[in-house]
Amino acid sequence: MTKKPSEKSSGASKDPTRRRKVASGAGVPSAVAAKARPTTSDMVSVSLVVNNVHHSLALDPRTTLLDLLREHLDLTGTKKGCDQGQCGACTVLVDGRRINSCLTFAAMYDGAQITTIEGLARNGALHPLQQAFIDHDAFQCGYCTPGQICSAVGLLAEGRAKTADEIRELMSGNICRCGAYTNIVAAIQQAMGQS
Amino acid sequence: MAPYIGTATSRIDGIAKVTGAAKYAAEFNVPGLLHGSVVTSTIAKGRITRLDTSAAMRVKGVIDVLTHENRPPMADNDQAYKDDVAPPGSPFRPLYDDKIKFNLQPIALVVAETSEVARFAASLVTVEYEEVAHVTDIFAARDAAVPIKPPASPVGFTPPKARGQPNRALARAAVRHEGEYYVPIEHHNPMELYGATVIHESDGKLTVYDKTQGVQNVQRYLCGVFGMKPEGVRVLSPFVGGAFGSGLRPQFEAVLAVLAARALERSVRVVLTRPQMYALGYRPAMVQRIALGADADGTLDAIAHDAVTATSQFEEYFRQETGWSGLLYKCANAKYEHKLARLDLPTSCDMRAPSAPTALFALESAMDELAVALELDPLELRLRCYSERDQNHDRPFSSKALRECYRQGAEAFGWNKRNGAPRSMRDGSELVGWGMATGIWEALQMPITVRIALTANGSAEVACATSDIGTGTYTIMAQVAADMLGLPLENISIKLGDSTLPNSPVEGGSWIAASVSNGIATTVAAVRNELLELAKKVPNSPLANAAPDEVKLADGMIVDERDGSRSVSIADAMRHGGVERIEQEETTNPTADDSRARNTHSAVFAEVKIDEEIGVIRVTRVVSAIAGGRVLNTKTASSQILGSVVWGIGMALHEETLIDHKLGRVMNANIAEYHVPVNADVHDIKVIFVHEHDDSNPLGVKGLGEIGIIGVAPAIANAVYHATGKRVRDLPITLDKLHP
Ligand code: FES
Ligand code: FES
Repeated sequence: MTKKPSEKSSGASKDPTRRRKVASGAGVPSAVAAKARPTTSDMVSVSLVVNNVHHSLALDPRTTLLDLLREHLDLTGTKKGCDQGQCGACTVLVDGRRINSCLTFAAMYDGAQITTIEGLARNGALHPLQQAFIDHDAFQCGYCTPGQICSAVGLLAEGRAKTADEIRELMSGNICRCGAYTNIVAAIQQAMGQS
Repeated sequence: MAPYIGTATSRIDGIAKVTGAAKYAAEFNVPGLLHGSVVTSTIAKGRITRLDTSAAMRVKGVIDVLTHENRPPMADNDQAYKDDVAPPGSPFRPLYDDKIKFNLQPIALVVAETSEVARFAASLVTVEYEEVAHVTDIFAARDAAVPIKPPASPVGFTPPKARGQPNRALARAAVRHEGEYYVPIEHHNPMELYGATVIHESDGKLTVYDKTQGVQNVQRYLCGVFGMKPEGVRVLSPFVGGAFGSGLRPQFEAVLAVLAARALERSVRVVLTRPQMYALGYRPAMVQRIALGADADGTLDAIAHDAVTATSQFEEYFRQETGWSGLLYKCANAKYEHKLARLDLPTSCDMRAPSAPTALFALESAMDELAVALELDPLELRLRCYSERDQNHDRPFSSKALRECYRQGAEAFGWNKRNGAPRSMRDGSELVGWGMATGIWEALQMPITVRIALTANGSAEVACATSDIGTGTYTIMAQVAADMLGLPLENISIKLGDSTLPNSPVEGGSWIAASVSNGIATTVAAVRNELLELAKKVPNSPLANAAPDEVKLADGMIVDERDGSRSVSIADAMRHGGVERIEQEETTNPTADDSRARNTHSAVFAEVKIDEEIGVIRVTRVVSAIAGGRVLNTKTASSQILGSVVWGIGMALHEETLIDHKLGRVMNANIAEYHVPVNADVHDIKVIFVHEHDDSNPLGVKGLGEIGIIGVAPAIANAVYHATGKRVRDLPITLDKLHP
């Protein structure tokens, strides 16, 4: 009845004193790097509307849409969970469509209309999805929540999800490490019933 | 008495969380804030021979690059780096010297005016190393593993003593099962990136917003590391975006941010990247060997549980991996052996219910295998081995409604319709498997201090330096305070996550609900006594002769419990006494009574459906029946269990930190390749709280943050066996393991 788990290799490195030189970061060759230094003249100007407020800014072209919101506009409701397009915490609505704001540069959104979690409530009344998330306890730590709600707003607008399984599938770009999925689906169903 | 306790009250911090108003550690923006980007090692072991920061320094906007060579002074002794929950050993010191102890170790901090510049400049730092041989594979280190030593720290664990004659019992057993079970390294991966914002105040004091489960632990630690006075550092974490144990010990983002803030006398934020968070703690990889011996009638006669668990080269982290098996089932003969394998990795650490989900994956898989060997229903086997006593310490349980968990869970699941034969149940092209397992965890309570300030207009502020990591602490504190003060919930405000508040232990071990709710009860009693004294002085007071324990606070009144018509309104009592505000602060210590074991229990039933050709596994149904004492809030408690079940699904099917042992480096240091469950992985989960009365503390609270994960992975593994006839003993159960 006894069985060993699959073989694991023993991988201690053999050569005890190898010397090597490595770039520790993203591996940008230094020659390229030196040239790539930004100066003020490298700034790009961007005009966009966020939650119905118009902004014109001069930005480092490397600024992601997420960092524009969090660092420059102090709209920290949009969250950074990975900064590499894997978690959905940074989901915002661009012209009504849901996107991962960490995975795109702010400079690409000149003239766009952006809606973040801070822009969903109207005249002090919560958006039906916000209320449904509270009613169903569709969050715990709350860190994925703005992304989940913005994603759900986009989902409802897309009109593709009808069943619980379809909601689950189409909400799978938004990770919730607290594991509130059961309640997230229930909250979205409640909001769907209202719309 | 309780309009709030025990109800499905929505979170009081819900609006802040759904509107984006809740601020987490890296979200406090102040003018002139600098941004730190961490440079990490690319070797697992050795030393830095050259660190060239000149290219980084030349980038416009870079303020400084801090390394071990130019950093300001830090403490030079281990004691200074010991935090409240540090294991024995020599804690890691960030940016301390040229030594590399693990891959992804922080070795430099680039500080710049913007995060873009800091990140870019960090990519220009070049490093040369002298590398020495490393080992990161537990299978390579297991032969050299050494037995754990009895605890040298207050949070350590002493393994139970062997009992009876386990060797002889195993030899004579009518039916025997022996198996080896493997659980890989798992990482917490809370959604929020680890980050700290350090605000350098004009008077030189530091305000530190840090991602942590214990603000006072971080404050004490920072004072130790930097030789600062407690008044000079205030640590806050009003909201924590998940932690699951990773924030129990202070992490290096706080050290680096404070280091830079002190060196530059500026406010600094340091946020780790997702890959860098794989250099924080993790659930240790472990290899466990279980041997069970039973009589032909299915009663257990012998248990042997051996574990080898992983730790770093510099600290000895372990928990009670081997302590659960002799506690859970009735068995006269038992023995344990727990060894530590030292790896060139960061120190392993607590992760949701440390030791129990892993130990019980082994034990409950083995019990399922024993049931197969005995040709007995797995639930029936558990009932035959049911233990009414903690045999490890020969004492009764304070309460144990596990039998009721089995009964209600089985009924809700429909367990009696199970055909015991493997591969006997189908749904179209899918094989259907039903499995079950038991869970057990501790019901702990810790010393805690709570302050309550009540104003004559009937509102109260309740303060304690605990944290709410998503568990619902804000809400249960408000519910308990509202009920006991006899005030509406909206009149209660909660202050937590601030090191200047009354003392709290770190938020872990599922102990905060029991600790803080009973802590509130103690302080409310002091408030009540003060109010009664005032009420007695009101002319013709109907409470003139009442004793403190004869009155309660209800509906804004001080009321004689024996005669509800005798009462004085709180507002009148305070106004008459000329008091605007009553403030009381009390410390509550848990009972020192060791004569009873205090545990929570669960029964988990799982259904899997497996595509027969491809082997894709779906967990279609889970029923989790919990015996966890009094439930303070059915809504948030249910969420705790639902979330834990999701964790169990991840542990069973998805989660595994993969290391390239040649490089000693994590290969999947992100949350796309380290798989965590997503919405589509989660189907029908039903949570049942069985009634359980416990008098270990006045409120009867046991804590629910961890019991829900325990037992889920083995229930799923057992269901996979039932569906396919294939026993997988190493997690996660990926589809390749189901193919011959
Ligand atoms: S932060 Fe954008 S997807 Fe994770
Ligand atoms: S609520 Fe914590 S990650 Fe979703």
